[in-house]
Amino acid sequence: MYGFEALTFNIHGGYLEAIVRGHRSGLLTAADYNNLCQCETLDDIKMHLSATEYGPYLQNEPSPLHTTTIVEKCTLKLVDEYKHMLCQATEPLSTFLEYITYGHMIDNVVLIVTGTLHERDVQELLEKCHPLGMFDSIATLAVAQNMHELYRLVLVDTPLAPYFSECITSEDLDDMNIEIMRNTLYKAYLEDFYKFCQKPGGATAEIMSDLLAFEADRRAVNITINSIGTELTRDDRRKLYSNFGLLYPYGHEELAACEDIDQCVCHYLFQAKEICRSPSASPSVIGSYAIPWEMLMSWHS
Amino acid sequence: MAGSSSWSRALMQISPYTFASIGIAISIGVSVLGAAWGIYITGSSLIGAAIKAPRITSKNLISVIFCEAVAIYGVIVAIILQTKLESVPDSQIYAPESLRAGYAIFASGIIVGFANLVCGLCVGIIGSSCALSDAQNSTLFVKILVIEIFGSALGLFGVIVGIIMSSQATWPAKTA
Repeated sequence: MYGFEALTFNIHGGYLEAIVRGHRSGLLTAADYNNLCQCETLDDIKMHLSATEYGPYLQNEPSPLHTTTIVEKCTLKLVDEYKHMLCQATEPLSTFLEYITYGHMIDNVVLIVTGTLHERDVQELLEKCHPLGMFDSIATLAVAQNMHELYRLVLVDTPLAPYFSECITSEDLDDMNIEIMRNTLYKAYLEDFYKFCQKPGGATAEIMSDLLAFEADRRAVNITINSIGTELTRDDRRKLYSNFGLLYPYGHEELAACEDIDQCVCHYLFQAKEICRSPSASPSVIGSYAIPWEMLMSWHS
Repeated sequence: MAGSSSWSRALMQISPYTFASIGIAISIGVSVLGAAWGIYITGSSLIGAAIKAPRITSKNLISVIFCEAVAIYGVIVAIILQTKLESVPDSQIYAPESLRAGYAIFASGIIVGFANLVCGLCVGIIGSSCALSDAQNSTLFVKILVIEIFGSALGLFGVIVGIIMSSQATWPAKTA
């Protein structure tokens, strides 16, 4: 009943909703950004940030400050708040919040595997990983030689295990394979997330469909542009596109056939125009398509 | 009563005291249900919002008090209704006057119970929104409080009609 939700929502979601609204009031405003723009040194930035919600996280840092320290501490604030919400959440919200971390997990896995391939130190790589995507056995990723071992040694115990069914091969890991692995994993993850969001229905399904469709389409365009000029065949490219989103299925056919950026942009704009004209597109989706168009135009020129 | 269906005869064989007692139970039970529902809706939002904005706690307890008032209406009406119960001699239990008194108390209980149920829900949901908006912008509190006052008037309407209903619950006089 899409009107009587207020009667029972607060049982599981009341406290967390109020916390999220509190966080929203802690976001930096335009005035804060103006102040930050006026700063000359990193210590000025620290001083301005100490008046905001980020203050407690930066106040114990000794000067001289480093840019990476500031970024790290501000990310730490996000991570702490996220973990607090994850602890307090009940099903299905807790599963939903965990799904959001899987994307970061995939990025961390690829970071470590690529770094190991290029002979970097594991500790150094671990520091670069996104904190939301950490899991216990992440350091053992460095010993895997091919994808089969990767799966068997480490990933079978993580939440990413179900996404691996399509990409277990015995080939050695090299740059190309790792990128293909990243995109295959991300594709499986997005589709799983999409299916999960459809189950509760209502506002979750509506809003998340739009957001995930946009993410799927953005990645499809990204894959296309990045694979122009490489040895990735059309069929392989086609396999990396997700099975949902507004560009599916006809836009994917067009994108798979693109050979240079101009073609890609033309096809994308054509699709985006068709999509925006269709009665099922919501204003949020149309708005979100306008932004990458500008990005594409800036690449083009 | 020749020609009446077996259902209506069955209904009229139920003692009016049953109906009256159920009415009293509903009046207090369902009012308290409404009040409790409203309080938990308000309370969970209030506690969460007070983490980032501790100043809102004392003012927003008013929403909880409005919800509590709904339960108090239920108690008051239940006490009034139970004073209307009188014993009648056996011969008079199924007399039309008795039945009328029983039904009047039953109806009064239902009126008050369900009016307070929805009033408690209404005040609770508004109270939750009041706490959340007060945390963002403190000028909104008084304006949303006005909405809440209108909402709590609904319970009062129920109480008024319930008391009027029950005032005509006169049992037949004991004949010598």
